[in-house]
Amino acid sequence: MSEETEYEIALSRPKAFYSAFERKEELQHQTHYCPGCGHGIVHKMLAQAIDSLEIQNRTVLISPVGCSVFAYYYFDVGNIQAAHGRASAVATAVKRTRPDSIVISYQGDGDLAAIGSAEILHAANRGENITVIFVNNTIYSMTGGQVAPTTLLGQVSTTTPKGRQAGNEGYPLHVSELLATLQAPVYIERVGLGDNRQIAQAARAVRRAVENQARGLGFSFVEILSPCPTIWKMSPVEAQHWVRDVMEKTFPLGVLRDLIAQAEPRPVPRPAPSLDEIPRILGVAPPAPAASAERSSPKPASPLDLQVRVAGFGGQGVLLLGEMLAEAGLDAGLEVSWLPSYGPEMRSGTSNCHVRLAQEPVDSPLVAHPDVLVAMNEPSLIKFAATVRRGGWIVYNGEAVPAECPAEGVHILARPFTHIADELGDARAANMLMLGALLEIAGSLPQASVDAALMRLVKSPRWLELDERAMTRGRELFQEAFEGVRR
Amino acid sequence: MDALKRDRGHLRVNAEECKGCGLCIEACPPKVIRLTERINHYGYRTAEYTGAGCTGCGICFQVCPEPGAITVLRLVTPRSGVPRRNHTATTGAI
Ligand SMILES: Cc1ncc(C[n+]2csc(CCOP(=O)(O)OP(=O)(O)O)c2C)c(N)n1
Ligand code: SF4
Repeated sequence: MSEETEYEIALSRPKAFYSAFERKEELQHQTHYCPGCGHGIVHKMLAQAIDSLEIQNRTVLISPVGCSVFAYYYFDVGNIQAAHGRASAVATAVKRTRPDSIVISYQGDGDLAAIGSAEILHAANRGENITVIFVNNTIYSMTGGQVAPTTLLGQVSTTTPKGRQAGNEGYPLHVSELLATLQAPVYIERVGLGDNRQIAQAARAVRRAVENQARGLGFSFVEILSPCPTIWKMSPVEAQHWVRDVMEKTFPLGVLRDLIAQAEPRPVPRPAPSLDEIPRILGVAPPAPAASAERSSPKPASPLDLQVRVAGFGGQGVLLLGEMLAEAGLDAGLEVSWLPSYGPEMRSGTSNCHVRLAQEPVDSPLVAHPDVLVAMNEPSLIKFAATVRRGGWIVYNGEAVPAECPAEGVHILARPFTHIADELGDARAANMLMLGALLEIAGSLPQASVDAALMRLVKSPRWLELDERAMTRGRELFQEAFEGVRR
Repeated sequence: MDALKRDRGHLRVNAEECKGCGLCIEACPPKVIRLTERINHYGYRTAEYTGAGCTGCGICFQVCPEPGAITVLRLVTPRSGVPRRNHTATTGAI
């Protein structure tokens, strides 16, 4: 017999499947699906698409909750199993974090159309560059056959024992049609597993939906009418025919959206920061140990990633001080954030704001460990002094930092700024005095940018003049205190 | 064997993987797949090739829900050269 030499393998187990499924001890080459289950057929066409597009090593499959919850045992790709209904939201996150990956959200109709209806709607509306494979078998199969949004009118389920009634359970939800009302999706098609021709078309649609993503075109969605012989209480062949002869009447097959020819590749989002960077970005990392920070040789905070906290009581101009710094940074071409922290005591009591100036885009506007704390009154100093990172600065509106204040390893400029401002013309200019000192610490902001910010934020000529003088005096106060240190 | 040589296709069924759902039997255009009389150790009657008449169309592979229960082979002829590989199946082979 010459099979081996005369014949060559044309179709065999796709490479995108693991060679053994380690979920159970026995029969590790079989899936857990019931005989004739549509999930198995869809898995195979998806695996073939992954093979043919040669994307196995950059594919991430998002498994749902439902009978296909174990998809990750079968596909030898990156795998995440999402909470019920959240697969397209998780897919969004993965795709945005790893733009080079091919992210496939695999979901059943209970998962996608019931508990996950919000997630899919918004992922589609955002036009996420992901592929969604929506396996519609009209029912919650895994949990034993409860009604789903897609259950046909009159269809019996454990929760609609007399058949689904529109008056009580509503009408079958046409998810593909619903999504096709949105502008963003590039490709939406409903296919079926009702006969050979339908299955061949389904395989083409799945491949297209994955290929669109590989080409960067945007949101692609394939709804697959899929047999569930077990819950439907039919033989596999009967169930297949039911898809074609009954189910298709409620859910007509066809392309509902095809912008593939016109679609431009979507701009690739900037990759997210690595995991290691997150604590720093969120400002939750412990203050970095500054071994060489000594009071005798203060080093200014880096102007390229400056984190500032300004705090005082309402009416001291705390927020304006922070806004001035951010505006000046913006004018100088830096990335900035300004986050005012309004408590319920917005009008009185304390107020504070977070400011960041950086060369790189600012990931979090939160400043938990400032390089510079500008404390305009004592309660603010007490509250925030311990958060200043070692080697950082405290600019304090007072004669001296109280002895009990935890300010070890930080540089301090303590002056009665309110009093000095009063002498300059108005006690309320204390914030601009302190800003002057802060600008010296920040170092590299050009005076022209500071002037531009002042022009933008301060309209009254009297205050413009006073604020300019106050800032200049603030710079001098810093220089007098740290003569020779800065430059 | 001459009869085998004339067939454009050939089929292998992994009896340990097949669950006997019968979808391939329904799908096969020349009807050359049937269920075994014996049951495998897992308790299923499984699909088997009748031994002749396969055209190598591959539709049984496509409708089969199990990853590797069916393997389809195609005759290498001087004219067709190398048979189509797996990945062409979704676009053109069926
Ligand atoms: C938050 C939450 N709610 C409910 C469930 C129970 N549950 C498990 S699977 C499922 C329905 C799955 O139906 P479908 O998405 O249609 O998948 P199928 O099993 O039909 O493939 C439900 C409600 C759960 N696991 N988690
Ligand atoms: S219960 Fe239905 S959907 Fe679930 S594995 Fe069985 S046939 Fe497939």
